Amino acid sequence: MTSTRLAGEILDRDFLAIRHAILNIAAGLDRVGDGRAVDSVAGDPRLERIHEALKVLAEGETGRAERVQMLFSRAYESNWRS
Amino acid sequence: MNYIDPHIHMVSRITDDYERLARSGCEAISEPAFWAGFDRGSAEAFRDYFKQLTEFERNRAAQFGIQHFCWLCINAKEAENVSLSREVIALIPEFLDTPGVLGIGEIGLNKNTPNEATIFTEQVDFAASHEELILIHTPHLEDKYMGTRMILDVLASDSRVTPGRVLIDHVEEHTVKLALDGGYWCGMTLYPLTKCTPARAVDIIERVGVERIMVNSAGDWGVSDPTAVPKFVVEMRSRGHAESTIRKIVYDNPLSFFSQSKRFDFTPRD
Ligand SMILES: [Zn+2]
Repeated sequence: MTSTRLAGEILDRDFLAIRHAILNIAAGLDRVGDGRAVDSVAGDPRLERIHEALKVLAEGETGRAERVQMLFSRAYESNWRS
Repeated sequence: MNYIDPHIHMVSRITDDYERLARSGCEAISEPAFWAGFDRGSAEAFRDYFKQLTEFERNRAAQFGIQHFCWLCINAKEAENVSLSREVIALIPEFLDTPGVLGIGEIGLNKNTPNEATIFTEQVDFAASHEELILIHTPHLEDKYMGTRMILDVLASDSRVTPGRVLIDHVEEHTVKLALDGGYWCGMTLYPLTKCTPARAVDIIERVGVERIMVNSAGDWGVSDPTAVPKFVVEMRSRGHAESTIRKIVYDNPLSFFSQSKRFDFTPRD
């Protein structure tokens, strides 16, 4: 099963929602950046993940949601039983 | 459209929520045994909880024309206490003849600890030896992927486990194919913030198809929406999906999976 709709229709319907989500990210990062002692979070791995995730969003290929999920996931260790 | 919510924790909800569910077309629900909002101090507390699930909630649901089914187990969060967990597992057989008990669940992992894995493995063994269906909770956020892989490792190492008799719940974009490719059923939880939105759930359906997949609200102690499944129906409809496709996900699929339990005494509406 695949999408039943044309890409143009989807963009018409979802443009404002996507714009809204991006603005929330921008404002959220500004909020952190405007906080006191911002240097203390410079190397925070969570911020690094966020910046890596933003790069995924800019990629052309679909499957971005899955790749972002993997970016925020701990890696599988096959020897977990030991 | 009438629907079945295959995963909802009504013990944490008020009676008005049953009324809302009834008004939104909910015909049946299945309630896995889970955390009570606090860690229980003894196995006796679980006996009371199992009575609440099998008697009180079933009756409370019936007042609104909703058929209530449930699952029994020690949940992953409290499984950290291994000795308590074993006492709770020992209680389960006395409820296994009770109508409406569908199987063992929701077992699984929470923080992927060795104790959780031990008790998960023991409950898979219990379910396999009693030929019971299994409903599995996968961990949240950054632990979900690793936890899902660990769960699949345990299931694969028990040759008595039939994938078609196991439901892996709370799947998302990065875990749905792991469950489906293994032959398991899977559930998507529609939950504000930490899990799937109705739109993302429909995106996933459009990618993986409608076989062996269902959606639920989880409706629990967190900020959650017990009527999330109808919102999924609306999202599917707004994208032009056929009514028969939507019905398969929110009605036929849960029915097919649950029908494998001999205690699923469900009566469809005319
Ligand atoms: Zn649950």
